[in-house]
Amino acid sequence: MIIELKNIHKTYGGAQPLHVLKGIDLSIDEGEFVTIRGASGAGKSTLLNILGILDTYDEGEYWLAGNLIKGLSEREAAHYRNRMIGFVFQSFNLISFKTAVENVELPLYYQGVSHRRRRELAMEYLDKLGLKEWAGHYPNEMSGGQKQRVAIARALITHPNIILADEPTGALDSVTSQEVMKLMKRLSVEEKVTLIVITHDLHVAAEAPRCIHLRDGLIVE
Amino acid sequence: MKDIALEIWSSLRRNKLRTCLTGFAVAWGIFMLIVLLGAGHGMFNAFIYSGEGFASNVMTLFGSVTTKPYNGYNQGRHVPLMSDDADLLKKGSLGDNVDEVSTRLNKGGFTLTYGQKHFNNISLNGTFPGAELIESEEILAGRFINNLDIKHSRKVIVITDLLARKILADKRDYDRVIGEKLKIGDLMFTIVGVRKVEENSNEHSEIVPYSTLKTIFKYGNEVDRISFTFHGLPTADDNEAFEKRVKAVLNTKHHAAPDDEGALYIWNRFTQNQQINKVTGILEAALWILGLFTLMSGIVGVSNIMLITVKERTHEFGIRKAIGATPWKMMRLVMSESVVITIFFGYIGMMLGLVACEVMNATVGQQSLNLFGDEIRLLKDPFVDIGTAIGATVVLIVAGTIAGAIPASKAARVRPIEALMSSGR
Repeated sequence: MIIELKNIHKTYGGAQPLHVLKGIDLSIDEGEFVTIRGASGAGKSTLLNILGILDTYDEGEYWLAGNLIKGLSEREAAHYRNRMIGFVFQSFNLISFKTAVENVELPLYYQGVSHRRRRELAMEYLDKLGLKEWAGHYPNEMSGGQKQRVAIARALITHPNIILADEPTGALDSVTSQEVMKLMKRLSVEEKVTLIVITHDLHVAAEAPRCIHLRDGLIVE
Repeated sequence: MKDIALEIWSSLRRNKLRTCLTGFAVAWGIFMLIVLLGAGHGMFNAFIYSGEGFASNVMTLFGSVTTKPYNGYNQGRHVPLMSDDADLLKKGSLGDNVDEVSTRLNKGGFTLTYGQKHFNNISLNGTFPGAELIESEEILAGRFINNLDIKHSRKVIVITDLLARKILADKRDYDRVIGEKLKIGDLMFTIVGVRKVEENSNEHSEIVPYSTLKTIFKYGNEVDRISFTFHGLPTADDNEAFEKRVKAVLNTKHHAAPDDEGALYIWNRFTQNQQINKVTGILEAALWILGLFTLMSGIVGVSNIMLITVKERTHEFGIRKAIGATPWKMMRLVMSESVVITIFFGYIGMMLGLVACEVMNATVGQQSLNLFGDEIRLLKDPFVDIGTAIGATVVLIVAGTIAGAIPASKAARVRPIEALMSSGR
């Protein structure tokens, strides 16, 4: 069991408090490929942010690889994100003034890996994703599919336990979407990574053996 | 280290104009600091340290007027110093602190004649061998008065370099005047030496043997002043106590009350220097404060720009935090960028400031004003010392850190989810 959620609640404060997650119970095994679907406002992104330790929850327990993720300091949260979690975003979120290879090696920089070793590993992953010749290019010189592949390389380079992808194909055309999803699926098997993907796309959802449906802050599997 | 340098370089390269404008304020601040301190030093050197090169542990006694009736004498009586007063200083407990003693007789209003040239209103200074040590005289050519001069009351004279230049028609080969004859009144004196005087000091008299001045011009045993070097008086209090003892001894000899403060006047170069140092210390502190205030506007500028940079890069910082940057690493990135900007432009400002000091030295520093017949230099060596340069460097590092502190803590507090939502989606 890599992920275990027990009765997770999340309310956003403000003038009108918004109860987004109303008791999520979820277990995900190591190496699983899971998609999360649901209408907007159902709590998909909130759930993903909690899983990615980008956000906190109000009630319940979140266990990640046997560690209780609760009340962490910023430093500890950064450490877990860096070592155990890889992110793939809809808008790629590459750093625009860094080349493809520099973007890929950034997580290793925050692990304190030497410059040379970082470069080696980043080139290896870019090669795996067929982007070796694009290593020296800046994000704005690449297509959407290429950018997302750079982002996937960046997510994989630290050998994380889980990869969290928020609408990874949302900004791509259907042919590229298919390619990217196939690639993610293949790599998650090769690298033995748990893959959790939020998506609207039924084709994408169809790729996954397990599909979780969220409605009004609850799982209706 | 190399990674941080690369990060900073890529960030600065993207905002060249902005970085330069910000840096200008810092450079200007440090420039002003260095120029102010340099000019300040130059002025102190020119006005206050004109006595530079003198032994600092010198006291000079002058005869004065009694302020108390004593031993049948009224107050208000003039006390003349006598040449045998000098001997008392070397005796008894005073002798433990006194080293060299020299007496001097000063008479003004002489006319000197060299060939067809006349020099009016020249003062003569009759003194003893050893005075050159007390006064740290620099002999440019020839020699000082010696014991034989005193013994035989020789008609020899040690002239100032100012007079020598007048004799030589502004040339500086002082050796040529040695052995030349100068006429004082009806008597011919031989020039035996040339001594250097500070242009704006008061010590412009020509020096002859004490015995010569006394016998030829028929003055009695009276002397104008007695100077002596001393040791073993480290504090101002020690000096004051010692001065009291000197007065007590000499007052008694001259039939004045031992505790009469007015009968003798003592000028103490050591305590005076202490006071001057105090004043220069205060003035220098004032200059530092002025300079630092100028620098402060530069620091605020850097801080401001760093805030804008952090704001602009919120999205990027969000990405970095999502993939594992700790708050401390974000802080370090912003902080070091701020320190690098401050130090880089600070050093440019410092270099320009040092160049400006050189320019000051080459222009204003070489000019002198002629004020009431005295040559007064406005600046002398308007430079800052290495300590000031190190101080300014420390100021820059501290300034950069202060300037970066607020922006850096902002960067550290960036919340990744908000940052990632803020743009790009």
